[in-house]
Amino acid sequence: MKQSVSLNTAGKIARFNIFRFLFQGSIAKVKQMDPKVALKKVAISIASILLFLGLWHMGAKALYNKEADFKINKALEERGQAAADSEAACIASGNPDCQPNTLPSPAQVWASFNSLLKDHGIISADKAAFKEKTAALNAQREAENLDPIVYTGRPSFVDQIWRSLGTVFAGFLLAFFIAVPLGIFIGLSPNLKSAFNWFIQVFKPVSPVVWYLLVFMIVKTVLIGSPDDSSFTISFVSVGLCSMWATLVNTAMGVSSVDNDYINVAKVLKLGTFQKIFKVILPSSLPLIFTGLKITLSVGWMVLIAIELLAQSPGLGTFVWEEFQNGANDSNAKIIVAMFVIGIIGFLLDRIMLAIQNSVSFVKTDAI
Amino acid sequence: MAYLELNNVHKTYIEGEEEILSNINLSIEEGEFVAIVGFTGSGKTTLVNLINGLLEPTRGEVLFKGEPVKGTSHERGVIFQNYSLLPWLTVEQNVLMAVKEAFPKKSKKELTEMVAEYVEMVSLSHAINKRPKELSGGMRQRVAVARALAMKPEMIIMDEPLGALDALTRGNLQDEILNIWGKDKRTALLITNDVDEGIYMADRIIPLRPGPRATLGPEFKIDIERPRDKTEMNDNENYKQTRNAIIEYLMDIGNERKSEAQEELVLPDLAPKDFVNQFK
Repeated sequence: MKQSVSLNTAGKIARFNIFRFLFQGSIAKVKQMDPKVALKKVAISIASILLFLGLWHMGAKALYNKEADFKINKALEERGQAAADSEAACIASGNPDCQPNTLPSPAQVWASFNSLLKDHGIISADKAAFKEKTAALNAQREAENLDPIVYTGRPSFVDQIWRSLGTVFAGFLLAFFIAVPLGIFIGLSPNLKSAFNWFIQVFKPVSPVVWYLLVFMIVKTVLIGSPDDSSFTISFVSVGLCSMWATLVNTAMGVSSVDNDYINVAKVLKLGTFQKIFKVILPSSLPLIFTGLKITLSVGWMVLIAIELLAQSPGLGTFVWEEFQNGANDSNAKIIVAMFVIGIIGFLLDRIMLAIQNSVSFVKTDAI
Repeated sequence: MAYLELNNVHKTYIEGEEEILSNINLSIEEGEFVAIVGFTGSGKTTLVNLINGLLEPTRGEVLFKGEPVKGTSHERGVIFQNYSLLPWLTVEQNVLMAVKEAFPKKSKKELTEMVAEYVEMVSLSHAINKRPKELSGGMRQRVAVARALAMKPEMIIMDEPLGALDALTRGNLQDEILNIWGKDKRTALLITNDVDEGIYMADRIIPLRPGPRATLGPEFKIDIERPRDKTEMNDNENYKQTRNAIIEYLMDIGNERKSEAQEELVLPDLAPKDFVNQFK
């Protein structure tokens, strides 16, 4: 019991530190500010959120009424007054079978969010029960060198988020390990620059869908005969290739445009090539490299949805697509929930990159 | 044989274009302090870069201790006009980087001690862990001085080192540099746009006639005993004469340039219509 308590506190402290790490700049700024100014800023933010919710609510209501009127009129024309009355009563009663299908209101989206969380609770409990049930059997199977039995039930919304994050992270790492070294080489050598220039210009504007198809063609053949599901590989490689261009171009630009004074210093001190790259060129181009990485991460997160949707790789993209196809009563609300979750995670990812940038680079960049 | 020698040096950046420097001849003896004075844009930095090895002459030769200069060398320390400190390194790291390259065989401890010694010499020990951004212009230039001297060069080349500083800081740093130079009498070359600075610091002053096709003018010897005192110098006849001679020479060059420019300008004979009609 005692152990679990201390673990819990440790978790809280860790979470608190991450929060501080992410919002260091903002915290420092707020501390410097006059309390009145800070209060005003917070009040303006809250007011704008409320205004947004109000407009959304009214817009959704107008759309709802338009759709409901259309339904009632249609019943009147096709089946007469009695049918129209029953339709109107049905809509008014809130029966899910006859609700107009349109933009959901903020309240509906909030309800869907809660139901998705609840659903996650149920599935997690189910998973835990399954794990407990199969623990003995899996131990036995492991002893016999067989694959363990895994849970194959429906993934919850939270599971989908984690999978999407995994895909983006894998894609981002791929982009990082291709674009940064390549960008450095291109930036250092004018010959490589002319060799790669057409390549960058041609492939940079290619759409995520086309990247997906290209990667699909290649990965499908490379992994031919493999029993594993290749959809994850395809989607993260597509995300990586699609988003790496910003980093590639920014790194090359940063490396090739190092201040001539610094290059002269390196020459006068007679630094070796290795030293020159790591002590002078890279630190000086870090701000631009990070700008590229930030764009890469946000582009990766943005194209993820389209690519997951095409690749049928589990994640938020698949979630959105399935909800759209499914056409259930609260599908629209769930899609909007996914939209907000995607937006907020994108914002957090950007802040994480900014915090990392400010902790390694000599130029401090402010958040926008 | 002179310590540093420039023989008929010409420099163009682009083949076929007009020369920046033309027919430069200069020789500096060991232990001498020479100042080159010139207008901005007269090719001073190009001349410095030829001597420190960042540039190669188009024609002619630059000899250092009898050997042609090929690339930069730790024997010639450079203090740049705009400090050129690396902003992501602290004062200590900036100096350490130079020392590490110059003395690769020394242990880490010896190197750190050397860095501390030179930072102390320019009296910046209190700021050793600060980054250049947190320092004033004068302090930054002192770091640059420490960095150049810590490599124990045989010759110090200074490219308008005090150009961007205010008059008070400038005076202090001039004394500091002279002190350091006086200790082991290394050969020094100072490029400056300030005649008084040149007279105060150098043994010889050579004006650089402005470019394009810049070339060196006649040299002026400064026969004032060291250590020199700024206030006393003002009353020194020798100082007054030299100073007037140099300034006169530089003014003449300036006037030459102006008159040359005037010859090319032909003003059109135009007057506004109404203006002309008024007098009819």
